[in-house]
Amino acid sequence: MKFLSFIVAVITGGFLIYGTQDMPEWGDPNSPASLHVSPYYLENTMHDTATPNVVTSVLADYRGYDTLGETTVIFTAGISCALILRKRRRKKRK
Amino acid sequence: MWPEYTEQSDNFGGKNKMIRVTDDVIIKTIARVLTPFIQVYALYVIMHGHHSPGGGFQGGVILAASLILLLITHGWAETKKKFSETKTAVFCAVGVLIYTGIGVLCIFMGGNFLDYGKLGGLLMVIPPEARSLGILGVEIGVGITVMAVMFSIFFDTSTGGNSPEDETTSSLR
Repeated sequence: MKFLSFIVAVITGGFLIYGTQDMPEWGDPNSPASLHVSPYYLENTMHDTATPNVVTSVLADYRGYDTLGETTVIFTAGISCALILRKRRRKKRK
Repeated sequence: MWPEYTEQSDNFGGKNKMIRVTDDVIIKTIARVLTPFIQVYALYVIMHGHHSPGGGFQGGVILAASLILLLITHGWAETKKKFSETKTAVFCAVGVLIYTGIGVLCIFMGGNFLDYGKLGGLLMVIPPEARSLGILGVEIGVGITVMAVMFSIFFDTSTGGNSPEDETTSSLR
């Protein structure tokens, strides 16, 4: 059974490595990811948001809803840690 | 010459290895001198996110690092005066509240959720400038939440849930 899992893992990994051969070169300006919205962000950041840092304007303005989700994830992580780890004061009194 | 650790309430009877009150003058002085500089740098990272690498997440973590430095050198009893458990919980929520509050304010000004351009009427500036200020407000909210959450997680994991406040109140009774 272990041997079978190993075979499956090797075949899947091989397919994934084969798939990367068709990917565009790293940083290729003609790749699909660089042709759709990236040029718009780079060209219109100053005009739209008056912010020189494109990363900040994409993070907090163009994709602000995503950052709100990230902040909520961090908030939830902190609250979960407090809920799981902190002991209630009432248990001490018993 | 090693610093002598005092067995106080901060030590939780030797259970806690991460927070120990030390009498070492060097550690205490350097931590006390460094803390304000770290905090100013954190505020700089948050405020300067428009022009350089940085922003709410990074600045919040640096701000939390300064508080953690205070906690591991001076102990919980001293840190509690600056940043108590209650404040941690409140600040966690306040950051997210600032973020969503700015978003909802944009709806009241007649735009979409998080459409900062509509805040221009309120702030008396043109829409691009209002977007810039909106980003700044949002980053401040993110920074507050990240700072409180990082401090809270470190505090919870280092004390293992045995709140020092419990120890002090139970010993008083």
